[in-house]
Amino acid sequence: MSDPTSVGDTADELTFSLDGRSVVAHKGEKLIAAAERAGVFIPRFCYHPRMKPVGVCRMCLVEVDGPRGPSLMPSCFIDVQPDMVVVTESDTVKKAQDGVLEFLLINHPLDCPVCDKGGECPLQDQTLAYGPGESRFIEEKRHFEKPIPISELVMLDRERCIQCSRCTRFADEVAGEAQIDFVGRGPHIEVAPFPELPFTSYFSGNTVQICPVGALTATPYRFTARPWDLDQVESTCTTCSLGCRVAVQSSSNRLTRMLGIDADPVNQGWMCDKGRFAFEAVNDPGRLTRPLVRKNGGLVEVSWYEALEAAAAGLRKARTDHGPAGVGVIGGARLTNEAAYAWTKLAKGVIGTDSVDAQLGDGLPAELVVGLPRATIDEAVNADTVILLTGDVREEVPVLFLRLRAGVRYGSLNVVELSPGDTSMTGLAAASLRYAPGEADELVRILLDVKAPTPNGMHPDEFADARRLIGSPRVVVVLGRGSRSEDETIMAAAAQRIAAALPGATFLPVLPRGNVMGALDLGMAPGLLPGRVALDDGAEWFGRWWDQVPAGRGRTTMEQLADLASPEPSMGAVVLLGADPWADVPDRRLVERAFDSPVFVVAVGTQIDSTTERADVVLPAASVHERSGTTTNMEGRISRLGQKLVPPGQAWADWMIAAELAVHLGSDLALESVGAIWDEIERLTPLHSGITSAVLGQPGAADGVVAPLSAAKVSLFRRRGRQMDPVAIPGVESTNRQGLDFRAGWAEDPTSGWTGRPAVPVNPTEERPSMLRKIPAYVAPVIGRVDSYSHRLMATRCLYDNGAAMAKSPALDALVEPATLAVHPHDLDDLGLSAGDRVRVKTASTSMVMAVRPDPGLPTRVVALPMNVMLDGVPDGSRHDVADLIDVTVPVTVVRLETP
Amino acid sequence: MTTMAVPRIVSARVHHDDSHTLDRYLATRGYEGLKKALAMTPEAVAREVDEANLLGRGGAGFPAGRKWSMMRKNPTTYLVINGDESEPATFKDHLLVENDPHQIIEGAVIAAYALQVSQIFIYLRGEFALGLERLQSALNEAYAYGAVGHDIFSSGFSIDVVVHPGAGAYVCGEETALLESLEGKRGFPRIKPPNFPAAVGIYGEPTIVNNVETLSNVPWIILNGGAAFAALGEGSSTGTRLFALAGRVRNPGVYELEMVKNTFSDLINDPALGGGLFPGRELKAFIPGGVSAPWFFPEHLDLPLGQEQVDAAGSMLGSGSVVVMDDQTCVVRASWRITRFFHRESCGQCTPCREGSGWLEKILERIEIGQGRREDLDLLLDACDNISPGLTWPPQQTTICVLGPSIPSSITSAISRFRDDFLAHITLGRCPHV
Repeated sequence: MSDPTSVGDTADELTFSLDGRSVVAHKGEKLIAAAERAGVFIPRFCYHPRMKPVGVCRMCLVEVDGPRGPSLMPSCFIDVQPDMVVVTESDTVKKAQDGVLEFLLINHPLDCPVCDKGGECPLQDQTLAYGPGESRFIEEKRHFEKPIPISELVMLDRERCIQCSRCTRFADEVAGEAQIDFVGRGPHIEVAPFPELPFTSYFSGNTVQICPVGALTATPYRFTARPWDLDQVESTCTTCSLGCRVAVQSSSNRLTRMLGIDADPVNQGWMCDKGRFAFEAVNDPGRLTRPLVRKNGGLVEVSWYEALEAAAAGLRKARTDHGPAGVGVIGGARLTNEAAYAWTKLAKGVIGTDSVDAQLGDGLPAELVVGLPRATIDEAVNADTVILLTGDVREEVPVLFLRLRAGVRYGSLNVVELSPGDTSMTGLAAASLRYAPGEADELVRILLDVKAPTPNGMHPDEFADARRLIGSPRVVVVLGRGSRSEDETIMAAAAQRIAAALPGATFLPVLPRGNVMGALDLGMAPGLLPGRVALDDGAEWFGRWWDQVPAGRGRTTMEQLADLASPEPSMGAVVLLGADPWADVPDRRLVERAFDSPVFVVAVGTQIDSTTERADVVLPAASVHERSGTTTNMEGRISRLGQKLVPPGQAWADWMIAAELAVHLGSDLALESVGAIWDEIERLTPLHSGITSAVLGQPGAADGVVAPLSAAKVSLFRRRGRQMDPVAIPGVESTNRQGLDFRAGWAEDPTSGWTGRPAVPVNPTEERPSMLRKIPAYVAPVIGRVDSYSHRLMATRCLYDNGAAMAKSPALDALVEPATLAVHPHDLDDLGLSAGDRVRVKTASTSMVMAVRPDPGLPTRVVALPMNVMLDGVPDGSRHDVADLIDVTVPVTVVRLETP
Repeated sequence: MTTMAVPRIVSARVHHDDSHTLDRYLATRGYEGLKKALAMTPEAVAREVDEANLLGRGGAGFPAGRKWSMMRKNPTTYLVINGDESEPATFKDHLLVENDPHQIIEGAVIAAYALQVSQIFIYLRGEFALGLERLQSALNEAYAYGAVGHDIFSSGFSIDVVVHPGAGAYVCGEETALLESLEGKRGFPRIKPPNFPAAVGIYGEPTIVNNVETLSNVPWIILNGGAAFAALGEGSSTGTRLFALAGRVRNPGVYELEMVKNTFSDLINDPALGGGLFPGRELKAFIPGGVSAPWFFPEHLDLPLGQEQVDAAGSMLGSGSVVVMDDQTCVVRASWRITRFFHRESCGQCTPCREGSGWLEKILERIEIGQGRREDLDLLLDACDNISPGLTWPPQQTTICVLGPSIPSSITSAISRFRDDFLAHITLGRCPHV
C-alpha cells in the first residue's frame, strides 16, 4: 500500500493527466496505484498491491492516449509515463468494465446467500458499483463438484473461481511454495494442488484471505458467521514475537476469524496459518473460568478472594522461610506489556525477589538480548547482508521468512546462514555454512579470523563469499537458538563475537513466545528492571517509586528449577505465569525433579494443563483478544492490542491479578487501569520515554512504534494512517461499507479508554537511569570428547507442535505430525535402518526407543528432533518428546543410536 | 490468368518425393544462399531482406526487415521460428516443414547471421509428427554437412538450432505465448506493451520471432537479391506468397502465387488453381486470411491478392488461408464452428476471451439447433463488442492478445450479411440446411 506522504520526498516524480486533471506520480508506479492515491479508484480483481501485476482479469482497463488514439490498457500493468493522458470514466471504459463483469458472472454461481464471501465480496461489491443490472445469460453455467479440499485447511469451490491467479501467485511469488497452480486450459482452467505434492504451506490461509470471491474458504471459518454479523478490532498477533497486525473478528463473543492487516514495516498483510487459526483455542470450552485451590489433594473451585488469600499465604510463607529470593516467577512472555510491568512491580517491588524469568531456558541470556544494538525487520530486509544465527525462521517466526525471502528474491539482500542443518532459508542463502551442534561460536571465530583457512568439508568459494558478505557495510544478525539441546551461552558468545568484530552490525532476536521481548523490556528477567535497565543501575531510581528493589541478582528459570531439584531447595514458592515448564523447558527430567519438591505453586493461566495438575492455587486469566494493552515485538515495536472478547467466567486480566494479589500481600501497586500502567511505564523507564498513550494513538503509529523513540525513522505525527484496501483483503473494509462499527482502519482515540492520571507523581527534572550499557561476557563451554560412534542431538522448533495453541485448535491439531528422529541417510545405512524403523537413542543418563527417518539436509553424525512434538514409534505408546532426552547440564546432548 | 510464368520461391522443390533430403536440396541450389550470405557482412544481409520488403507470412504482415531492425542491442539475443501453424484451414507452413525443411534451416541460419543472435529455436506444432521427424533429420544432415553448428562453412560464424515441439495449444502460435511455452511455462500470452519480443523476449532477452514461410523466402532473396524479390508483386506486397485454399472448391490445396498479380477469383476459379466451385453451386462468402479474418463476399472476388488491397477492403490476408463457402453452407453453423474453435483454444488467462468465447458459442449453438431468440443477434453483437470494442477493423481489444478480437470476425460478418439466415433458424426452429 502506498504511503500518501512520500510524494514530495523524492525527486523521481512525474506528472500525468488523469480524467482531465494533472496528477503527480512516482516513476515506475503502476497507473492503478497512482490513480488510487489521487482519489480515483479503478476496479480490479487480479491486482494485489503486494504482488506483481499480471493484468489478466481486465477489470482495470482504462483509456490511455497513444500514437493511434486512445486505447484500453490494463492500469495495473502499465507504469505511469510522463504526460500520459488517462481517462477512467469514458463510455468506452464503462462499457468494457461492464462487459468484463458480465463475462465474470456468466459462469459464476449466484449463490451469494449461502456463500461465505457474500457481504464482503469484491465481485459482489464491484458488480453493484460497475456491473450490469441484470443477467443476459440464459444458458447452463459451468458445473464442478463443490467444494473440494485442496489442503487440510482450505476448500476450493471451482464454480466460484474467477481465475484471477491471486492464490497461485501468492504461493509461488510470496511464499515460494508453488504447491497450487492452474491446470487445464481456457474454460477448463482450475486451481489445483499437485497429485503427489500436497498443499501444506504454512501460509495457505493467505490464499483464502486474498481470494476476491468465495472460491477458497478456510475450514475453521466456513459457515460460522455472516460478514455483517462480525464485529472486529485491530490488534497484534502474539503467537510469535514477529507481531503481525491483524483484524480480529468475532460474533456473539466467539472469535471467528483473523485477517492480516497490511502493516508496511511488519507483516504487509500476510499471516502464518498458526497465527490465523490458533484462535480456536480461545473459544475452547475447557478454558479455566474459576479460581481453584487444592484441598485434600484435589482442586476445588473457590472465590477470587479465597484463592488470592491462599496464594498470598503461600508466597508469604516462602518469603518468611527463605527470604524474598525464596519466591520465584517463571513465565510472563504471554502477558501484555502492562501486565508484565504489573507482575514485575509485584515480584521485584513488593515481594522483593529478582528470580523472575519470562524465558523457559529455550531462549537467550536476557542481558544479551536487551543489550545488543537492535535492528528492525525493514532494516534486515534492506540490509546488504543478513547473518542467520538461529533456528529455521519459517518454523519460529514464519512471516519473517516471507520478508527475508522477498529481500533476497526481489531486493538485493544476501543471506549468510550458519546452522547445523538445512533450513527453509538454505536455498535462498548466498552462503550456508554448517557447524556441529555446540560449535557455532567456533565457526564464527574462524569466519571472522581472515587468516584462518577454510574448515574441512566447506567449499572454499562459499566460505570466501560468506567472509566477504559479512564485511558489507549494513549487516543484520538474526539471532536465536539453532538448537535447544545446546547451552545458550554458545549462541550468546557467538553473537558477542560478531558484535565485537562488526561494530555496525545490529541484531534481530528470535525468541519463542509472543511478548517475550516486552516481558524482558519490562524487567521480567534476573538482573533487569523495566526499560532495559540493569538492576544495579536502576535500584535507586525504582526504589523511589516502588516499595523496594531486590537486594541482589536472582535466578533464571533454569537456575530456579535446578535449585528446586536440589536436595535442600532454597525456594519455597513459584508462580507459573502463563508458562508450562513441562511443555517448553528443554530438560523435562529437571522439571519433574523440581516439582517433586514440596514447593508451593501458583499457576496463572488459561487452560488446564500440566501446571494446573501440580498447582496449589490456580488463577484463571484472560486470553489473547480478551484484554487490551500493548505488546512488543522482536524489533522493540510497541503496538496496541485490541480487546475483542469478554473473558469467560471469572477469568481476569493478568495485570488485575497482580494488583489484587499485591493487596492481599499487604501492599498496593497503585495501578488502576491499563492506561494508568502505560503512563507509569512511560514516565519511569528510559526505553519507553516519550511513547505516551497519545503517541501510540496517532494514526501514524497504527503499525506500532519502535522503542526507544529516538530509533523511529518516521514522523509519527506527519504520517497519515493507513487505509484498508477492500479488494486486496476482502472482509476488512467491506463490512464497514455496510455501515457497521469498524475500528480497524485508524488507531482509536487514546483518550477514550485510557486514563491520563499518572499513578506515580514524577518530577520531570529527575534523571532516569540509563539503559543497559554493559553485557556480561559469555564464554562458550568446551565440548567434551565426542567419539565416532556418537551423534550430536539437535532440538529444533517446529511451527506445528503439541503446544496448547495447537492442541486446543482442532483445525491445527490435525496438522501436527508425530516426531521421528531425523538421521542422515548414510548414518541410517550404517545402522542398517530405513525410514520408519525403530531405534534406541541412548544418552549418558537415559534411553528411549523411537522411529527414524532419513534427512539428507543434516550433516552426518547429527540427529534432530523437534521440540514439544510427541515421538512416533515409542513402543508402549507413551507420550515423550525430545525434552525427555536433553540434559542441560552438558553443553550439547550427545546420543548413541542402537537397533533395539 | 496463367500462373506458369510465376517463379516459385518457397515451393520450388516440394513436388519432388525426396524434397526433404539434403541430396535433393543441394541439387537444387541448397545452402548456396547461406554460403553467399556468410561472405557478406551481417548488415548487408539484413539490407537485402529490408530491400525485398519481405512481409511477415504469419498473419500480421509486418515487414521482416523492419522487425529485425527493432531488436534491442544486447549481448544475448535469440531467433525463434514460429512453426505452430494450427488455425483451421491453414496448412501452408505444414507443407514447407514436411517437404522443404532444409530451406527453413537455411533461412533461419541466414537470419541468425544477419541478426547475430546467440541461438535459434524452431517451435513446431506438436501434431506435425512427420514434419518433426523430417525437420529433425534435416537438422542432423545440416549439422553433418556443416551448415549448422560450429564454424559454419569455415566462416567463423557458429549457431545452434534447437527444435521444440509444442503440446497442442493453438494459442502458442501467438508469439509471446510461444515464448512462454518454450520457456517451459503455461502458454499464456504476455502483455504488450511492454513485452514486445524484440525488446523482452525469451528468457527476458531480445528475441526475433519469424514465421516458417517468411524465413523460407530468405535463401532466395540472398541468392537473387532483394531487388529481384521486390520486383515481384506490387507496392508493399512483394514477392510471392503461399495460399492455402480450403472449403467448397474442387481443388483445395496450397498454391504459390505472385502477390497482387492475381485475384481471389483467380485463386478460387482458375482451372490450374482452385478449379472453381462444384457444379451448380454459387459462392456465398469466403474468408480471405484465416478464420480470424472478417469474411468477404462475391463482390470481393476481383480484389487482388495483396496486403494493402485486402486491408483496405476491411479484412486481412492474415495467414494466407482462403476458405470458400457456397450456397449450401450454413453460415450460422460456420460461425458457430469457428467460435467453438476459439473457445476451446482460449488460453483462459483473461476474462473476456475465456468467458466471452464460451458464451458466444453457446448462443450460436442455440440458434443453430433452433432454440434462438430474435434478441440473440443483438446480444451476440454486444458481447462481441465487449471483447473487441467498437467492432472496428483493425480491431480494438479488451483482451491480452489478439485471440480475443479474432472471435467476433466470423460472427459480425455472418450477422451483418446474412441476418435473414439467422432469423430463418429462429423462425423455423431448426437449421434450414439439415
